[in-house]
Amino acid sequence: MSEGTTTPPLRPPAPAPAQPGPRRGHIPLFGPLLALLALLLFNIFFTPNFLTAQTLNVNLTQVATTVIVGVGMTLVIATAGIDLSVGALMAIAGALAPMLFLNPPLGSPGLGVALAFVLPVLAAGAFGLFNGMLVTRFMIQPFIATLVLFIAGRGIAQVLTNGQLQTFSNKSFQVIGLGRPFGIPVQVILMLVVVALFTWVMARTVFGRQILAVGGNERAARLSGVPVNRVKLAVYGISGLLSGIAGLIVISINSSSDANQVGLNMELDAIAAVAVGGTALTGGRATIVGTLLGALIIQLIRYSLLARGVPDAAALVVKAGIILLAVYVQRQRR
Amino acid sequence: MTHTEPLLRLEGIHKAFSGVPALINASLTVSAGEIHALIGQNGAGKSTLIKVLTGAYRKDSGVIRFGGQEVDFATPQAAQVGGISTIYQEVNLIPYLSLSENIFLGRERRRGPFLDWGRMNREARTLLERFEVQADVTRPLMGCSVAVQQMVAIARAVSIDSRLVIMDEPTSSLDDREVDTLFGVIRQLGASGVAVLFVSHRLDELYAVCSGVTIMRDGRTVERRAMTDISKLELVASMLGKEPGELRREGETAFVKNHNRKGEELLEVRGVRSGPALRNASLDVRKGEIVGLAGLLGSGRTETARVVFGADALAGGEIKIAGQPAQLRSPADAIRAGFGFCSEDRKVEGIVPDQSVRENLTLALLPELSRRGVVDQAKQNEIVERFIDRLGIKTTGPDQKIRELSGGNQQKVLLARWLCMNPKLLILDEPTRGIDVGAKGEIQALLSELAAGGLGVLMISSELEELAEGCDRVVVMRDGFSVAELTGDGLTQDHLMGVMAHGAAQAAPASAAPAAPPGGTHV
Ligand SMILES: Nc1ncnc2c1ncn2[C@@H]1O[C@H](COP(=O)(O)OP(=O)(O)OP(=O)(O)O)[C@@H](O)[C@H]1O
Ligand SMILES: [Mg+2]
Repeated sequence: MSEGTTTPPLRPPAPAPAQPGPRRGHIPLFGPLLALLALLLFNIFFTPNFLTAQTLNVNLTQVATTVIVGVGMTLVIATAGIDLSVGALMAIAGALAPMLFLNPPLGSPGLGVALAFVLPVLAAGAFGLFNGMLVTRFMIQPFIATLVLFIAGRGIAQVLTNGQLQTFSNKSFQVIGLGRPFGIPVQVILMLVVVALFTWVMARTVFGRQILAVGGNERAARLSGVPVNRVKLAVYGISGLLSGIAGLIVISINSSSDANQVGLNMELDAIAAVAVGGTALTGGRATIVGTLLGALIIQLIRYSLLARGVPDAAALVVKAGIILLAVYVQRQRR
Repeated sequence: MTHTEPLLRLEGIHKAFSGVPALINASLTVSAGEIHALIGQNGAGKSTLIKVLTGAYRKDSGVIRFGGQEVDFATPQAAQVGGISTIYQEVNLIPYLSLSENIFLGRERRRGPFLDWGRMNREARTLLERFEVQADVTRPLMGCSVAVQQMVAIARAVSIDSRLVIMDEPTSSLDDREVDTLFGVIRQLGASGVAVLFVSHRLDELYAVCSGVTIMRDGRTVERRAMTDISKLELVASMLGKEPGELRREGETAFVKNHNRKGEELLEVRGVRSGPALRNASLDVRKGEIVGLAGLLGSGRTETARVVFGADALAGGEIKIAGQPAQLRSPADAIRAGFGFCSEDRKVEGIVPDQSVRENLTLALLPELSRRGVVDQAKQNEIVERFIDRLGIKTTGPDQKIRELSGGNQQKVLLARWLCMNPKLLILDEPTRGIDVGAKGEIQALLSELAAGGLGVLMISSELEELAEGCDRVVVMRDGFSVAELTGDGLTQDHLMGVMAHGAAQAAPASAAPAAPPGGTHV
C-alpha cells in the first residue's frame, strides 16, 4: 500500500526546546484589573468630585461587606459548591448582636459588647458548619443544602427578634461600622485583612491547596488522602463566620437591625463578585484578589450610574449586563 | 488528480502553545484503506497533530488536504461530518448516559419525532458484539471498566460512516485478547476502504495491523516508512533520535528480577469481598517483592486494589498490614500505613486538571511538606524538580497546568505523586499506560531498583509481558476470585493466558492456589 521509500529526516533532530521562564499558574487578573482601571478613569474624568476622600470612603464602605462575604463565597465555590445562605446568616448575626448589648449579661455593658462581637459570628459559623454537614454527611447538592438556610435563616432571625425592628445607639459596638482610625473606615480595614489573610491561605497553606484539589477533581483528591469532607465543612464554616462579621457591620452602619433587610440579596452580589473576578464557578480555580476586584467593579458601575442619575431599577439591568459580559470574557480566554 | 492524491495529506503544520512550539513543520500522509501508525515519544506531538487535523486546535500554519480538497475544520463535529471520526486519547464519553446513548449521541435514531430506543439498543448490542463486549447497553457508562469504556468509544467511532478513523492510543487499557478483537475490526475497516490512523506505544501491535508508519520527534515528522522494512529496533531508535547500535538489546522489558523473596510480610489479604465484582480474593506482598495481579476484563483486579487501599468498603474478609489486622476506612488511612495507589483512570481519578504539575505531583505529600499547615515551598520545589528530572517529565516547568501535558507525561506525574512519598507498598493499576517505550523501560528499572531497596509493589497490568518479566509472583483473578498464583518457572506469558481464560485447572506447574476456586465457599 504505502510506498517503501525512506524519507530522510525533514530537519536535523533538535534537542527538546528548553523553556526556562517560569509561567505562573495563577489566574490572570489582567481582565478585571483593566476593567477596574477603565471605570476609574471614566469616573475621574466624567464624575464630578470623584477623586475625593469622601467618595472613596463611600464606595469602599459600601463594598466592604460584599468583599468579606465574597471571600468566603470564593472558598466555597472553589470546592465546586455554592452558598446561598450568606444573606440569611448575616440577618441572624444582625439579630443576635443587639440582644446581647441591649440586655448585657450580668449587667455589664462591656461584657455585652464583647459578646455581641463574638457570639453572633460564632453562631453564623455554626450555621455554616450545618450547611457543610448537609453537603458532606448527607451528600445533598450544595445549591439545595444552602437553600434550606436561605429560606429558614431569615425566619430564625425574625423569631429571635419577635419580628421587631431593633434600633440602638451604642458607640462601642458601632465601631465596627462607623469607626474611622486614621480616617480609614474600620470595615475597610477588616476587608483588607480578610483579603490578605485568605490570599495567603490559598497560596501558601495545605488547606488552600486542598480546597483547589477538592474542587478540581474530588475523586483524585480523596484517593490522594485529602480529607475531602473536612475541607468542605471548613469552607462552609468560614463562609458562615465571614457572613456573621458582615452582618454586624451592616447593623452598626444602620443603627438598627431589621431581620427582613440585613444581607438581602447578598448571596447574589457575592456570587457576582466572585464570577466577575475570574473564579471558575465549576470549582478548582480561585482568586481572592479577583473577588475584591470583581466587587469593586460592580460597586463602581453602580456608583457611576447613580451619579449620572440613572434610576436604581435601570442600574440593576445595566449591572446584570456587565456581569454577563465579564463572565463571557472570562470564558473566551480559556 | 484525486486518483493520484492520497486520502489525507498534512504538510508544514506549525502549532505553538503560548509561544512554546508543539508542532514544527509536521507532516502526515495516509492513503485510502491504509492502516497507518503514528508513533513518537511522550510529548512528541502526536495528539496535537490529530487535534489540529480534526479542528480541536487551530493550526498556526500549514496545509491539510482530505479527500482531494483543502480542508480546515473549525470543530471536531465539522471533521466528523466531513468524514473523519476520532477517538481521542482521553476517552470522551458521558458517564451518566447508557452505553447505547453514548454510542448514538448526536445522531440518535428516530421514528417520527420520537427516539427509537428499541432500534438504538439493538444496533448498539450488535455493534458491541462485534467487539465481543458482553454488557447491558442500557446501563450507564459510569460503572463500566476503563476497558469497556474504551471499547464503547471505539464502537462509536467505527459506527460513524467515515473515510478515516483516528485512534489515539485505543489499546492502552485493553488486554491481548481485546486487542486482537479490535484488530479484527480494524482490518475489516481497511478492507472496506476506510483508512485508519493508529497511535500506540505498544510497538509489537503495529506490526500486526499497520502497513505504514510515521515517526514524530519533538514536534517534527522525522520519518515515514513501510512497516515491513523497518525493524522494531530502528523504530525505537528513530523515535528516540538515537542510532540503533546505542540501544540495549536485552529482554523485552527493563525489569530486573530480584529473587530475594524472604522479606517480611507487608500485606496479607484474606478472602476479601466487595460488591458483585469482588467475591473472594487473597494475596500477600512481602517487602522487596513485585506481585502482579492478572485477569481479564471484569475479573476483579481493580476492585481488589481499591479495597486494599481503603477506597472501597470491605464487605468481608481480612486485611493485615505487617502482621496486624488493619481497618482501612479511607485512602487517607492507607496512606498513613505507607501505601500508595496509582489508579487506572488518570482523567477521572488522577489529575487535578487546572492545577500545576507541582501541585499535582505533591498532592499526597503536602501534609508532610508543611509546618503547621504552611507549605514549605523550597522543599516542595526541590522534590518536584527532582522527580521531573528523574522521570524525564516533558513540561515547560513546574508551574505548567497538568492538563497541558501530553498523556504519557501526565501519567509520569501521577507516578511521581506516589514515588515521592517513599511508600512501603505501592499499588499500581496499569502503571505504564500510555508511556513510551523509552520511559517505560526507565520506570520498570526504577521499580526494580526500589523493590531491591525494600519497596513492595502490587501491580495490575494487562500486558502479560510486563507481568511475566517484572513480577516475582503473579496472582490471577477470575470472576471476582483469586484462582491461582504463578511463580518461578510457572510464570510465563502462555501460562498466564491459560489461567486467566480457563482457571487454575489448566495451569499445571502453578504453585498452590491460595484462594477458593470459582463457585467456592461463602459468597
Ligand atoms: N493545550 C496545551 N497547552 C500547552 N501545551 C500543550 C497543550 N497540548 C499539548 N501541549 C504540549 O505539546 C506537546 C505535544 O503534546 P501531545 O499531547 O501532542 O504529545 P503526544 O505525542 O500525544 O504524547 P503522548 O504519547 O504522551 O500522548 C507537549 O509538550 C505538550 O506539553
Ligand atoms: Mg497523546
